[in-house]
Amino acid sequence: MPSLRLLPLLVFWAGSVQAQGLNYGVGRTPTDEEIRAWDIAISPTGEELPPGSGTVEEGEQVYLRTGCATCHGMAGMDGIAPELVRDGEREVTHPWDYGRILPIRSPYATTVWDYINRGMPLNQEGSLSADEVYALTAYLLYLNGVIGGDEVMDAETLPMVEMPNRDAWAPLPDWQPGMPRLPGYPY
Amino acid sequence: MGSRHPDRRDFLKRGAAFAGGLSLGAVDPVIGQTPPADQDVEDQDWSSPELIAYGERSRYETSVRVPHGGRPSPDAFGLVFHVATPLQDQVGIITPSALHFTNTTRGAIIPNIDPREHRFMIHGLVDRPLIFTMDDLKRLPSVTRLHFVECAGNRSRPQHVTVQETHGNTSCAEWTGVLLSTLLNEAGVKDAGTWIVAEGVESVKGASSIPMAKAMDDCLVCYGMNGEAVRPQQGHPLRLLVPGFEGIFNVKWLRRIKVVDRYYMTYNDYGHLRREPHDAALTYQIGPKSVITYPSGGQQLPDRGFYEIRGLAWSGTGAVSRVEVSTDGGGSWMDAEIRGAAHPMAHTAFSFHWTWDGREAELMSRCTDELGQVQPTRAEAAAFWRPGAVYPGTPDEPLRVTGQDNSIQPWRVESDGSVHNAIA
Repeated sequence: MPSLRLLPLLVFWAGSVQAQGLNYGVGRTPTDEEIRAWDIAISPTGEELPPGSGTVEEGEQVYLRTGCATCHGMAGMDGIAPELVRDGEREVTHPWDYGRILPIRSPYATTVWDYINRGMPLNQEGSLSADEVYALTAYLLYLNGVIGGDEVMDAETLPMVEMPNRDAWAPLPDWQPGMPRLPGYPY
Repeated sequence: MGSRHPDRRDFLKRGAAFAGGLSLGAVDPVIGQTPPADQDVEDQDWSSPELIAYGERSRYETSVRVPHGGRPSPDAFGLVFHVATPLQDQVGIITPSALHFTNTTRGAIIPNIDPREHRFMIHGLVDRPLIFTMDDLKRLPSVTRLHFVECAGNRSRPQHVTVQETHGNTSCAEWTGVLLSTLLNEAGVKDAGTWIVAEGVESVKGASSIPMAKAMDDCLVCYGMNGEAVRPQQGHPLRLLVPGFEGIFNVKWLRRIKVVDRYYMTYNDYGHLRREPHDAALTYQIGPKSVITYPSGGQQLPDRGFYEIRGLAWSGTGAVSRVEVSTDGGGSWMDAEIRGAAHPMAHTAFSFHWTWDGREAELMSRCTDELGQVQPTRAEAAAFWRPGAVYPGTPDEPLRVTGQDNSIQPWRVESDGSVHNAIA
């Protein structure tokens, strides 16, 4: 008869059948569906973008229908939430000078899609369909003069949008352990 | 020893009398807390089941966090944005969990997460995608380390009065969890995996790109803070600690890490972009920094004579190796005493014995870290990238510190003993 002291070990072995971690055998393999459901970060080249599409015109309708205007203003300006559209009157010599306005400063249009998808509307995050997110992205890019009024945004076209700030941002340092903040900078 | 026993017996007898004869709950029969006869003790039921179970601080200790950064918390949308810790009241290097500064990426509703339901996933460019329960994570080898967290926007402004306003967006805690490298090795990072995207589960699902070199070096997936579970405002039940890097990298309510092959340009990443490479480099690791917390802005020295000047020093690059103090506005510097161990990427306490002669004085501290990086004056930091520029500039064009501000904080002591923020 096996010793009772071995019982916890037997239970441990039985419970570890599904464990997958390399060294400790802890954790389990997620299903493809679990990964798909959580995998919302969109790369600059848009591999994770879902099927769907949206036009500028549809975007304007979604903007009004889903309450964007309540916080961000009627056309992305003069609301209580952050500005979404650059000041068209303002002459700039560098895209950086438009200010911190996501649909104009972001180097990639995918970031606009990603942020609307993950973070908007406030308190109803995740409620927009993929088509609605494509349409809102198209509308905001159009209002900022990045795309034309007849362009359609989808998984193919969105990553191809040439944002004015695409190459105007400073690269980050190639960080390695123990390195100073910036070689040559004494502080 | 013998003389103590009668006291203790007397005390216990009196305690029994209170417990048996008085049911008003007016006096706390707590061993070791016998008040002197001349001290007026107010009613507070420290023996309530709730306070026996989980204690609170004295009602006379009123130090609190304050909303900060020009936006209320909660704001008009109910979001928590920036909340600063009361450094002027802190003793030692551990920020109490209830007073740890709280910033969120866009402003967030702090979520309530049942740890039994919480899951953490690693996937992307790995050999074995893995999903962990909190119980799974607690089975794995753990580490306990002291680390500060600081918001990139933690900067002193002329209108700030107290050190809570000038520096209150940094705190230090004892963090317990699993090294991220342990978890990544469980999953097996593919050669192409050069970055991770770490993501929270709160309403906005805040996500940051972090270089793999940092992820494998010293990042921590934390479930413990100051000896108990991480607090909700700090990411309960699970958060990422990215030691020494700016606060926004330290993803709270951590649900997912995706191993990727490039900077992913998340919304948080976008907010971090800079136009100039030097600016971008300086907004990565926190620079060598320190501040005197006593005496500090808004405080009042009651009289001339002896004071122990105290403060905190830290660096995002490693341990603090030296702290100096000046009492004459930087004219001369003297070594301060580093109190206790200087942990890497942790607040480090320093002190300096000072006898105030009653005349106007300007108190400063200066941190040097193990790499030899030295905390600059405000003038040095502001002028470094603008040769010939003279601090503080003009009212129309003030000379500002580029990017993250780790410059020296001066406190001016007036002859009446009042202490003021002395930055221009």
